[in-house]
Amino acid sequence: MTSLLKVDNITKRFGGLTAVDKFFLEINDDEIIGLIGPNGAGKTTVYNMITGIYTPTENKVYFKGEDITGLKPDKIAKKGIARTFQNIRLLENLTVLDNVMIGTHLRIKSGLFSAILRLPGYKLEEKQLHEKSIALLERVELLEFANEQAGSLPYGKQRKLEIARALATDPDLLLLDEPAAGMNPQESHELVEFIRQIKEEFGVTIFLIEHDMKVVMDICERILVLDYGKTIAEGSPAEIKNNPEVIKAYLGVDLANA
Amino acid sequence: MSKTKKQLLTTGALILLGICILWAQSNFNNYTLRILNLSAIYAILGVSLNLIFGFTGQFSLGHAGFMAIGAYTTSLLIIPKYYKEMTFLIEPLIWPFSVLQLPFIVALLLGGLFAAIFAIIIGLPVLRLRGDYLGIATLGFAEIIRVIANNIPQITNGALGLKGIPAYTNLWWTLGFTVFTIFVIKRLIASSYGRALMAIRENEIAAEAIGVSLTYHKVMSFTVSAFFAGIGGGLLASLLTTIDPRAFMFVMTFNILIVVVIGGLGSITGTVIAAFLFNFMLEYLRPIEQGFDLGFISFPEIPGLRMVTFSLALLVVIIYNQNGLMGKLEFTWQGLFDFIDRIKNPKNSDEKGVS
Repeated sequence: MTSLLKVDNITKRFGGLTAVDKFFLEINDDEIIGLIGPNGAGKTTVYNMITGIYTPTENKVYFKGEDITGLKPDKIAKKGIARTFQNIRLLENLTVLDNVMIGTHLRIKSGLFSAILRLPGYKLEEKQLHEKSIALLERVELLEFANEQAGSLPYGKQRKLEIARALATDPDLLLLDEPAAGMNPQESHELVEFIRQIKEEFGVTIFLIEHDMKVVMDICERILVLDYGKTIAEGSPAEIKNNPEVIKAYLGVDLANA
Repeated sequence: MSKTKKQLLTTGALILLGICILWAQSNFNNYTLRILNLSAIYAILGVSLNLIFGFTGQFSLGHAGFMAIGAYTTSLLIIPKYYKEMTFLIEPLIWPFSVLQLPFIVALLLGGLFAAIFAIIIGLPVLRLRGDYLGIATLGFAEIIRVIANNIPQITNGALGLKGIPAYTNLWWTLGFTVFTIFVIKRLIASSYGRALMAIRENEIAAEAIGVSLTYHKVMSFTVSAFFAGIGGGLLASLLTTIDPRAFMFVMTFNILIVVVIGGLGSITGTVIAAFLFNFMLEYLRPIEQGFDLGFISFPEIPGLRMVTFSLALLVVIIYNQNGLMGKLEFTWQGLFDFIDRIKNPKNSDEKGVS
């Protein structure tokens, strides 16, 4: 049995700094996995290596058993990995609908000439993409903002739009980089529900980075803890909560001896 | 407004344009016709530059290079054989150009095609660069083309340039191709591929993360842009009937850049308006170069003052209205009717938006 994603001991060095050291992770279908760690631990670097923004200095990443190391981000998105960003990256001057529709562009079958000549095949496809995007917006409750500029949405809705746009690419694996950042407890509670629902409805596996411990403990089945580029713990939320190494990394004291 | 109604209006407008051309060709003098032709060619060049710069966000300064390729290709394919023998004194023209003579339309399209092929070759390595670096690299490319044109007399006749290019260009050709250019680019932009181009302009990292191939889309936009620049160059060559490498210096690209920026980056309508405005202003501003007297102060004759005026205008646009004349807005029939409606009934204007 091959896992959905296998990150095989990847290392990333920037000059003399080892940002991520021998990171190993296997994700199976239908899991929700969390990656936590103090600031600068290398979490986003792991993401960037999986999604092709960085190439690992050592070793490889496999998706559905296929080596995807060093592929460009757009190729990796086509394989079925979608992501959101820690600092939201929407196409701010385009409409909410366009943001989602661009997410569907990678699956387009009609060629450029077919699109310029508006051949029947393209027209049909455009109609399907439009309907799919509308349905997605309706699902994430953003349909009423469809024709507004994405940058003008309130923060929480921008986060949702970014997730909707990622879902538009038909991913098998969804990487969420701090989805609850900047949200109040009520909002993050809703977010947890939202993530659970989309996991069921869209059949995606979820791998998320999060600082909000309540969110992580609530939603994740398995958690990895990263500190100074090294994985210091892995296990269920309950195990992580009581792991002295983790407490030390977060609080800087050895509670066992305190 | 229904789709058929819009199509009907567009067809009507095109027929009206045809009638206007017919009338203009027989009633306007050569001077006015020339300005109109130039304006239309500038519109083609401007709209094509807007595709890569305004819509895709890639700062390209290589337009003059693609124009040169189009202009030379078209010219070599339409100059009659005996003219070629007379012109190429230093070194004879190489085969097959020495014997070929093709219809104007074929020559123009081949000129565009040639420019497009060059765009693919140049674009693949160069479009990895961003912002100013891309601008400098494309500018370098245009200069290289010009220097090469100076140094391959067996094809370009070197610095002497080509003469005796048949003057096929008239309003039918120029405005016809303007309509064709607008049609193709408008449709490209309104398609899924066009949305991908705008995604690249907005945020390259986000675009790539949702599966928009940067290489494919940037090179595609660059190539389409170069194709129309090549056609514009061909039309210009046949309008001027003589070309030499100096015609394609950086100033050429700069003029088109002025048109695009003043018209509005990301607005086809704005570019077309600015193209006509630019060429007519260039003529109407001639008197200021001849020196004038304001009573208390008198200006001497300063050749080139017109361009200074344009540079000032550009400066004003950049400082006070970065979006240009039209911003990102486009002309639509719905917009026109809403506008007329607003003028008629200024009271209920608040409820309606421009579509």
